[in-house]
Amino acid sequence: MRLAVLLKTVPDLVEELALDEDARTLLFDEMSYVPSEWDDQALEEALIIKEESGAEVTVIAVDTGDVDTMLFTALAKGADYAVKIVGDFDAAMSNWQKARVVADYLGRGDFDAVLSGVQAIDDVDGQLPGLVAGFLGWPHASVITEVRVAGGSHLQLRQEYAGGLVAELETVTPIVVGVQAARKPPRYASVAKVRQVAKSATIDEVEADVAEARLAGVEYVRPVAAGHAEMIEGDIDEVVDRIVAILEERNLLRRA
Amino acid sequence: MGPILIVLENGAAGVTEATKECVNKAKSLAAQLGTTTVAVGFGKQHVSDLRRLAVTKVVIASGGTMDLYNPDAYEKVLAEIFGNVKPYLTLIANTTMGLDLGAGLAGRTQTPLIAYGIDIEEQDGRLTAISQVFAGKLLARVPIPEDGAIVTVIPGSWPADNEAGDPEIEEWTAQDSEAMRVLRVVEPEQSDIDITKADILVSVGRGIEGPDNLPLAEDLAEALGGVVSCSRPVVDAGWLPKARQVGKSGQTVKPKLYLACGISGAPEHLQGMRDADLIIAINTDESASIMDIAHFGTTADMLELMPALAERLKGG
Ligand SMILES: Cc1cc2nc3c(=O)[nH]c(=O)nc-3n(C[C@H](O)[C@H](O)[C@H](O)COP(=O)(O)OP(=O)(O)OC[C@H]3O[C@@H](n4cnc5c(N)ncnc54)[C@H](O)[C@@H]3O)c2cc1C
Ligand SMILES: Nc1ncnc2c1ncn2[C@@H]1O[C@H](COP(=O)(O)O)[C@@H](O)[C@H]1O
Repeated sequence: MRLAVLLKTVPDLVEELALDEDARTLLFDEMSYVPSEWDDQALEEALIIKEESGAEVTVIAVDTGDVDTMLFTALAKGADYAVKIVGDFDAAMSNWQKARVVADYLGRGDFDAVLSGVQAIDDVDGQLPGLVAGFLGWPHASVITEVRVAGGSHLQLRQEYAGGLVAELETVTPIVVGVQAARKPPRYASVAKVRQVAKSATIDEVEADVAEARLAGVEYVRPVAAGHAEMIEGDIDEVVDRIVAILEERNLLRRA
Repeated sequence: MGPILIVLENGAAGVTEATKECVNKAKSLAAQLGTTTVAVGFGKQHVSDLRRLAVTKVVIASGGTMDLYNPDAYEKVLAEIFGNVKPYLTLIANTTMGLDLGAGLAGRTQTPLIAYGIDIEEQDGRLTAISQVFAGKLLARVPIPEDGAIVTVIPGSWPADNEAGDPEIEEWTAQDSEAMRVLRVVEPEQSDIDITKADILVSVGRGIEGPDNLPLAEDLAEALGGVVSCSRPVVDAGWLPKARQVGKSGQTVKPKLYLACGISGAPEHLQGMRDADLIIAINTDESASIMDIAHFGTTADMLELMPALAERLKGG
């Protein structure tokens, strides 16, 4: 079984998003980026499959900035190969464009299953797994919490719906899967291990042309919240006093 | 201009609310733009619902695998119907099914997609979709291209349409999927605690840091006479059972008090608790999205505040 895992970085929400409020544009070059958390889940699920059935795992990223650390980290965790799709790309590249170059690459390979995060925080123009599958004409399923090899060329998937309802799907390959959560929390790779891998391992570079974007004139604005919480100021004791008073006022305190 | 297409989803009690919200918006946009509305329904189980929808036309896709959601079979038949209807705008609720069908249909038909929509504005015949991105921290204003788009819509964005109509009906025979089969549907595990019935929820998110801190939440919940619920990452990490999860892929709750501790307020979480009577958020980040819907907030450290509050409540 040959598995491809699509990884991308997204702006780090721990920091303030760099927004030019007048031009309503995001300053993509001024933000720091972290691996998208759902991609991390997809990688974990792929590594679990590898441990269970000896699959070969290739991690793939489009070179929209510094993706090397993310790829080396994936290798340090146990992925077998890393591929970086390079070209005239930048951090502002849309998902549609990423999906296009990734689909072209995958279409030339012989992967059995492609796993990626179910979504990412910056997916304005759609989620990568569905777009990639649509471009390739392959079947796909999202919000998946388990992928198991079911003998031969079949996979069994668990797909989650609202309220915890789950469907078990059986599918042929090739297939694209949007992973919501792996069966286990994602593993860690130590900084030392990543450094060591970065010295010895190689990232294969594949050239691609930029695809045309399909949406134009996208503007970003901060939401004008209908309201904002009334903030409770003060030290812990003062906060406790105030919360107790609020609960008392609304008759939410248990009477002894 | 082509019609506005709405992709309907089946719930236990008929066509889902999220879908009826899309019907509502489609109707008002169609009136503004001078076009029609076409809805696609799957399977035979809610046919009486479909025949009463207040849209111009309903296409009912039925056949072997249509009664249960099958991502591959649904996408293929939807792509056929899409090719036939040639819609200008397509609205799909951003649920599990919408996540599958929205992006898949967009890729397959080469139609631009706008995800996480919460509104669509019309001005001089031009539409702009508003999307909630970066976990709700920003809105994207996306002009809908002249050749149209597919928009996946976050449930709860508009009121549901419950008007009765008399649409034209078209039957469409779907092919079975050769690639994918639904083996079975598993109901969620029953739990001793039903968070949807609790008046008071002490809800913990990633800010709880680890299972060792859970007793702080349990203690506080006990002092308040409530129970502990949580955000999705807490379940994914295995710290609390699935039945305790609030949100899009968990439970929808409407308690008298929702104490959100270390929860950022991602749209998927808000979807499950925004209608609580009283929301108090404890989050060290004042700019966290949860603060926009909470009634009261504090930037106190939850790991300090939870025991202090429990202590006070117990002490009288
Ligand atoms: C298809 C799909 C379905 C989903 N369904 C759900 C769902 O049903 N429910 C759900 O919750 N999520 C769901 N999610 C996930 C959702 O997108 C978010 O990832 C999740 O809600 C984030 O959880 P969180 O707020 O606990 O974590 P984070 O976003 O990491 O937030 C943690 C917060 O804790 C604060 N914090 C940290 N330490 C402290 C401290 N000591 N004191 C006070 N505050 C602190 C931080 O400031 C931060 O705001 C779904 C996602 C997808 C793609
Ligand atoms: N009994 C069922 N079997 C299979 N899928 C279902 C069933 N009920 C609902 N669904 C699907 O579950 C998803 C969410 O439905 P709901 O839980 O009603 O919001 C949708 O994609 C439905 O098509």
